[in-house]
Amino acid sequence: MSEAAIELVGINKSFGPVHANKNIDLNIKAGTIHGIVGENGAGKSTLMSILYGFYQADSGEIHVAGKPVAITSSNHAIALGIGMVHQHFMLVQNFTVLENIILGAEREALLSSSISKARSELKRLEKEYGLDVDPDSIIEDLPVGLQQRVEILKALYRGADILILDEPTGVLTPAEADHLFRILAQLRAEGKTVVLITHKLREIMAITDNVSVMRQGQIVATRKTAETTVEELAELMVGRRVLLHVEKGDARAGEVKLSVRNLTVVDSRGVKVVDDVSFDVRGGEIVGIAGVAGNGQSQLLETISGIRPAVSGTVMLDGRPIDVTGAADPGELRDRGLAHVPEDRHYVGLVLPFEEYENSILGYHDRPEYLNGPFLNIEAIRADAKKKISQYDIRPGNERLKTANFSGGNQQKIVLAREMEKDPGVLVIGQPTRGVDVGAIEFIHKRLIDMRDQGRAVLLVSVELDEIRSLSDRILVMFDGRVVGERSGEATEGELGLLMAGIDGKEAAE
Amino acid sequence: MSVPYAKLPAWADYGLIPLINVVVAFAVAGLVVLLVGESPVEAFTYLIEGAFGRGQNIAYTLYYATSFIFTGLAVAVAFHGGLFNIGGEGQAYVGGLGVALVVLALDGTFPWWVNFPLAIVGAAFMGALWAFVPAYLQARRGSHIVITTIMFNFIAASLMVYLLTTVLKPAGSMSPQTRTFLDGGQLPKLNFVFDWFGASVRSSPLNISFLLALVAAFLVWILIWRTKLGYEIRTQGFSPKAARYAGIGETRIVLVTMLISGALAGMMALNPVMGDANRLQLDFVTGAGFVGIAVALMGRSHPAGIIPAAILFGVLYQGGAEIAFMMPSISRDMIIIIQGLVILFAGALEHMFRPSLQALFASISPRSGAGEAAGQKGA
Repeated sequence: MSEAAIELVGINKSFGPVHANKNIDLNIKAGTIHGIVGENGAGKSTLMSILYGFYQADSGEIHVAGKPVAITSSNHAIALGIGMVHQHFMLVQNFTVLENIILGAEREALLSSSISKARSELKRLEKEYGLDVDPDSIIEDLPVGLQQRVEILKALYRGADILILDEPTGVLTPAEADHLFRILAQLRAEGKTVVLITHKLREIMAITDNVSVMRQGQIVATRKTAETTVEELAELMVGRRVLLHVEKGDARAGEVKLSVRNLTVVDSRGVKVVDDVSFDVRGGEIVGIAGVAGNGQSQLLETISGIRPAVSGTVMLDGRPIDVTGAADPGELRDRGLAHVPEDRHYVGLVLPFEEYENSILGYHDRPEYLNGPFLNIEAIRADAKKKISQYDIRPGNERLKTANFSGGNQQKIVLAREMEKDPGVLVIGQPTRGVDVGAIEFIHKRLIDMRDQGRAVLLVSVELDEIRSLSDRILVMFDGRVVGERSGEATEGELGLLMAGIDGKEAAE
Repeated sequence: MSVPYAKLPAWADYGLIPLINVVVAFAVAGLVVLLVGESPVEAFTYLIEGAFGRGQNIAYTLYYATSFIFTGLAVAVAFHGGLFNIGGEGQAYVGGLGVALVVLALDGTFPWWVNFPLAIVGAAFMGALWAFVPAYLQARRGSHIVITTIMFNFIAASLMVYLLTTVLKPAGSMSPQTRTFLDGGQLPKLNFVFDWFGASVRSSPLNISFLLALVAAFLVWILIWRTKLGYEIRTQGFSPKAARYAGIGETRIVLVTMLISGALAGMMALNPVMGDANRLQLDFVTGAGFVGIAVALMGRSHPAGIIPAAILFGVLYQGGAEIAFMMPSISRDMIIIIQGLVILFAGALEHMFRPSLQALFASISPRSGAGEAAGQKGA
């Protein structure tokens, strides 16, 4: 086998004026795990899409196993032995594992022979790499960790020698992530090549052999993982020194601002998604809610902020009840000083086709300072938006630009500026830094600490355990709709990880 | 990561692309004309002459455009709220009832300039009323508004046949229509405007409701982009989840949006009923409600786009009649084919030429990536 599994020489790709990849030279050695890190918009996904045949490069060469190739489609990439595990799984939810694996690789008109062939092949792959999955279970019944394993099996079944994983740990518990890394190590031991795209530097340090850092469409450095540090990588990513640890003093918790008692929420399928949850948030503290995505945190947040009705329970804001089981109105809650930064800024927190200044008043658009009778006071709104742009360093600083054209971090700042600027007593915030670049994360975290220090109550939901641990004064862990434990802000990752997997939770319930 | 696309300059986005679409639509229509053994060039000449040849032709074109502006605005307002109002036809039809009831009651008492505002209210009220039931069913019961508004078109047609053959028909009359309105129920024509330009217009139906249509277009612009209500309508239209988050009541927005949409569709009736025929007749809407959908699509739901789009369809209606008259082998149905092609290219295939145009603009732009990349490679 040649030394380089993939070699890229002078790859360029532009989308109109946006130069997404500039002169990329990259050498990925066979039989290694190669990490690619970079902020959102640094060009990682574009580069991988070129490798996987979604896009064609404007110029440059791709060599696979020493031979120059032109990858024109994903089928072509598969034929060359390149497999991809996408960030959002490409699985048919109501098919079985086996059906998903042969999807697109079925050879005869009748499925039976393909299926039996696949079944024996799957057995072999499972044994070889420790990828246990029941081939006959339906995808939607499987936890995400196993669904991801199916994606990996799909690639291996198609004969992939080079496996590209795009942000694979975003949806996993720490334990599931560890398991994934063991699988990747096993793949490497069998001579496969793995390309790991991530923004989590600790994962890079834990598993990769080499790491390349991308910034603004270029590869700014390639290092042997053993010879670099998290601090160096972060600095390379952002282009300046970054504070990775949030500096904060002790919390001075005041009186209870938000009080949740026996809250139960049922979703449209009749499943209890929030199950008898009770807690308090005091002024001057940040309470973090940890948990793997999909354990009821999102629904809890929506219920408290008046978007989703609860079936029972009470929520008190400053000692006065919120009508959570009836018609709680998010607009009225804002007037009472409860601001909400939603988890999904693309479809909930922002209207992407709007110009920036229009989004800067969403939810506050009925405040007299923005209106002239029934008319919008466009002058005042734009002036206000300009002020927020400079205070929150939103870039580009143009309030007439379409919101969709801002980067993730800047979009999040638009939402934050809007929700924080009215000086709310309580801030509930979901996934504050999802899809946000490192520089903006630092800024957002500092703002949250500032709010706390001004005596505001902050309820923080995040699937990023690091974020919960570095910001929170108290941590609640949710599993399967219930709060299964409360820990101080100093809890270890292992301790929280167990709770997140629901292990200690069952005992607590008994 | 989102895929960045080359952004087209505004003139290309709003001028060039619609122009290309219309040209292609006409080219394909020309092939159809060729297929029936006629000369496309000749047909096109008749179309243009028929629409613009003399003052009278222009007046007819604008008369049709007036109706299409109203129905186009009606569809556009609903679009902004994320609603597809296919019921413009029925709402306009019932709007005619509002006009007729006001005028029949008052045309002997007041002059036209008193009756006109009252008739506007009558038309808008009846149009809104006809949109209210589908809107209520959508907002409260989740019945899909496309289905209910279509069905209300049929109900409107049946209702009007019933009324025009029984209660509204003068006793002893053989035709299913109301009595002719008196002077107080007739809108002034705009023929004198053409006289200023030296183009004599003997008789044309163009009347002052054309000016009302222009005012309505301006007011719709104010409503959608300059009022709190318009802000809420657009938020709901782009993202219902964001509207919920912002505390914007979905029920209220759906109802209000549809009432405004229905009122605009209803006001279309002023043009043919009070401005031209001076009586309420069967089927006076003649498809204008549906043309409004195409007009709104083509005009990107913006009043500044709706007015030219409405005029284009006015050209097709008026010039098409001329073709059918001058070239007997091209029937009226042929004109509908041409209109259909315009709708197909301008509406449904709106994005067909966009990618290649974007690529073209990207390649000639001085900030193009390819040039920069070559430069770097050389360095």
